[in-house]
Amino acid sequence: MTAQVDTERPVVIASGDQLKAKRLPTWAPVAVAAAAIVLAAGLVMGTGWGGPVLTGVVAAVLFIVGLGVAGGVVEGRRAGSNRVATTLIYSAFLLALAPLLSVAFVLVTKGFERLDGNFLGTSMKNISAFDANGGAYHAIIGTLEQAGIATLITVPLGIAGAIYIVEYGRGFLANAIRFFVDVMTGIPSIVAGLFILSFWVFVVTPIFNDGRPGYSGFAAALALSVLMLPTVVRSTEEMLRLVPGALREGAYALGIPKWKTIMKIVLPTAGPGIVTGCMLAVARAAGETAPVLLVAGGNPAINFSPFSDNQSSLSLYVFEQAGVASQYAPARAWAAALTLVVIVLTLTVLAKLLARRNKLAR
Amino acid sequence: MKLKRHGLLASVALCATLALAACGSDNEEPGGSGVDASKADCATGSLNARGSSAQKNAMDEWIKAYQQQCSGATINYQGDGSGAGITAFTGNTADFAGSDAALKDGDETTKATTRCGGNAPLHLPMVVGPIAMAYNLEGVKDLQLSPATIAKIFSGAVKTWDAPEIKADNPSATLPSTQILAIHRQDSSGTTENFTDYLGKTAPDVWTFGKGKDWKAPGGQAEQKSDGVAGAIKKSAGAIGYVELSFAQVNALSIAKVKNGAGEYTALTGEAAGKTISGAKVTGTGSDLKLTIDYTTKQAGAYPLILVTYEIVCSKGNPADKLPLIKSFLTFTASSAGQKQLEKLGYAPLPEETRAKVEAAAKTLA
Amino acid sequence: MATTTGVPSPPAAGPGEGGSLPRKRPLGAEMLFRGTTTAAGTMVLVIIVAIAVFLIWQAVPALTDNDANFLTEENWYANDNPPRFGIAATAFGTVLTAVIALLLAVPVALGIALCLSHYAPKRVATPLGFIIDLLAAVPSVVFGLWGRDYFFEPVQGLSRFLHENLGWLPIFGSEGPYGKSVLLGSIVLAIMILPIVTSLSREVFMQTPAQNEEAALALGATKWEMIRTAVLPFGRPGIIASVMLGLGRALGETIALALTLGGVYKVSFDLIGPGGTSIAANIATRFGEANEVGRSALIASGLVLFAITLVVNMIARAIVYRRREFVGGSA
Repeated sequence: MTAQVDTERPVVIASGDQLKAKRLPTWAPVAVAAAAIVLAAGLVMGTGWGGPVLTGVVAAVLFIVGLGVAGGVVEGRRAGSNRVATTLIYSAFLLALAPLLSVAFVLVTKGFERLDGNFLGTSMKNISAFDANGGAYHAIIGTLEQAGIATLITVPLGIAGAIYIVEYGRGFLANAIRFFVDVMTGIPSIVAGLFILSFWVFVVTPIFNDGRPGYSGFAAALALSVLMLPTVVRSTEEMLRLVPGALREGAYALGIPKWKTIMKIVLPTAGPGIVTGCMLAVARAAGETAPVLLVAGGNPAINFSPFSDNQSSLSLYVFEQAGVASQYAPARAWAAALTLVVIVLTLTVLAKLLARRNKLAR
Repeated sequence: MKLKRHGLLASVALCATLALAACGSDNEEPGGSGVDASKADCATGSLNARGSSAQKNAMDEWIKAYQQQCSGATINYQGDGSGAGITAFTGNTADFAGSDAALKDGDETTKATTRCGGNAPLHLPMVVGPIAMAYNLEGVKDLQLSPATIAKIFSGAVKTWDAPEIKADNPSATLPSTQILAIHRQDSSGTTENFTDYLGKTAPDVWTFGKGKDWKAPGGQAEQKSDGVAGAIKKSAGAIGYVELSFAQVNALSIAKVKNGAGEYTALTGEAAGKTISGAKVTGTGSDLKLTIDYTTKQAGAYPLILVTYEIVCSKGNPADKLPLIKSFLTFTASSAGQKQLEKLGYAPLPEETRAKVEAAAKTLA
Repeated sequence: MATTTGVPSPPAAGPGEGGSLPRKRPLGAEMLFRGTTTAAGTMVLVIIVAIAVFLIWQAVPALTDNDANFLTEENWYANDNPPRFGIAATAFGTVLTAVIALLLAVPVALGIALCLSHYAPKRVATPLGFIIDLLAAVPSVVFGLWGRDYFFEPVQGLSRFLHENLGWLPIFGSEGPYGKSVLLGSIVLAIMILPIVTSLSREVFMQTPAQNEEAALALGATKWEMIRTAVLPFGRPGIIASVMLGLGRALGETIALALTLGGVYKVSFDLIGPGGTSIAANIATRFGEANEVGRSALIASGLVLFAITLVVNMIARAIVYRRREFVGGSA
């Protein structure tokens, strides 16, 4: 690589003023941009080829090419390609920003149309296609209960699993578990839903339910647990590994048994990081639609019991309202989407802030 | 220690959320939609019903009216499709099913009979839903379509709105050259079954895809449920789809006139649909009121493309705790007051003769 | 469930047992704790195996009833009697949308990641990275709804433009009408996996050893050459892994695709005409209507999806693990 660099820059050894490489003036990019826009407008509008969007795209392409050529001529080929790469990298950023901003804009403007006390305080019971009101209270309850139960199941299980991997696990079993925890992270939510459907709803619940399959909020919580477990194990594992060995050794030296060391010293030290991981996992699970659709079924009325009868959830509510042919449905869908995003992002932001105060992580 | 503190924080937050959330309620008070307080013979308890999405709007309205009169009753109707309804009914998770098509002889009927403790299941025609040919085509108001043209559009043979076939049906309209987006149901549905059956009977040369709950013709765009079809038509210029009338009305979609067996292009009205219904034959026995519709009806002024949806319920052997409510609710829906409520939703009321039979049948449930 | 007997007999004294003394151990508590954690760890394996077992169990009835070849049939008439269904179209659609989404998302995501790790000033990059992480948490149903109701129009325009100018390519051959299409679904999917690929590859790029970067710069490399010669080769396994994870996510995405694909059961490379379907979207849209056989058939297709994602993820993880051996970083 170095040899190539040398052959390309034979001039460097020359006299003093040549040591300072020639640079494009600072106004050059602006000029190229202006030229690109004018040229693009002329090309696109003049030929009647397309509208302002196409003009923008053509202008951007012309800008990148033009800047590359100008840089290449004045500063040399390598500097030219550097400019092109820089521009491309920044424009990737802008390109991605546009749709994401659009999502945020629509979410906020459409969401606030119906987001009021009535929406947050009532359900969809007795609401037909011709009624303007109706709310998401039942769905909020569903989301909170399902995510809450999933957390209660997953957090102890996940932390215990991570403790095994870090503190006890040796050899094939531990390696296999580590590997499959990572693989499990990628299980699609709908597969988790189908699993709980074919295991819990079709096989286990009929035993207690006179042979009828029992769709319930609890089944949804189980499906969410399947999705959360690998995330919790993984983040806990990373936090546990960050706990300094000296702490453990100090405890052992005092004759404290291993399990007590883990419970009283290792876990509290890693505590904030573990909480962060768990919150991120909950946030992701709370936004899942597919498993709830398959195993909780949805219910327009308030159902506080997660163990009997169908339940709804916010994400499912959004999906349902998205398909309802009522002129009032889109406003409800967006208001629920906004509520859901607020819940999920609050959890995420709290988790990330907590992570920042965490002294163990870098 | 730290862990404990965070746990505490979390539980405080959880309690606060729950406390805040505990002030919600279902919409029990009478709504603003002006439901007449028609007399229903109230019963109490709770029912779970499931089935046809074509009758969902009707059911929602009836349930609302009934629950507001009868405070002790809770009725759930999940409109996720006839297939799901029949499965739920035979699987004993629904107390009655709404279906766009009668139970098939054989497996379906056997299972339903077993579920009813050896008693025959009844078909009560309850909701007549005319199927609208809803379209979205700017500048074209009174589109007229013959069955053969509809069949060609949905089989992909006619691709643009200014095709000669459509021009022949609409000699006076100026048709744009917009492409046709034919929208069909993605899920299996009784609406699809009725629509394909209609096409097969009225345009047998063109429609070669048979009848069935699943859409089998190539091309077009699929949408989920009646809601999805109506919503997609509303959004897409040049779209046409078959959807049960009330969904077209909710979305304020334009509706095409359809040519009947007498050669007239008929607009979709309750009255026009009623004329086709009154020509339908009852093929069930006793209280079982299975209907066969004559899609090629030659009656003047009849709108031929209609869908009859049934409530499927056990004639006898309903659980004692559910029976009074099933009986009371279905009697209410079959009453003239109940049927009258459907008009404003875009359903056609049952013709009086049929309605009387249904009401009588509902009263015999045991 | 938790009766896992696969607990290995504890070794005499593993390296991690440090200085704990053998005498007078509260054997009961230690054994109990160890057993509990082992059981919890083993749960992961149990769940993976259970998923496969239960899905196969519930899928068999439909597969034996099926009147068509499950692998080659395109249509999905699972509720018919006899049922005829196959995964050819849905599996093809799943892979097609996921691959297109990746092709669109990965270059952009890598650009953003580089921008955040090496170009933007730190004061801007840190909050922006935070926002990207937040976007990864936005539920997919929100993106789906947005794609169906708002993004739909620009994509329609794009489809028209692509057809008018590149119509000779079979993938842009459809003359319209342009509604829900593979293109719409793929772009929405691309927007959704963008934050995931970005945040993973950003982390990898930030881990590039400073010596490598400085060495490249000291040799006179421009910034781009430094990135090409130091950052990208170092991050390559990480990039591959993040792409594979993005692929895994794209393959399994359900609701956004259920809302944006046209639901046409056909193996076709036509990107802009109404069409497209995927295994997950097919399950979500057909589940409510399905009868017993229909449900079982949907579970069978879920099994295929499970297998595909399992393979993709195992490959991704294998790559990450190989890298970890010599870098020791986390991914």
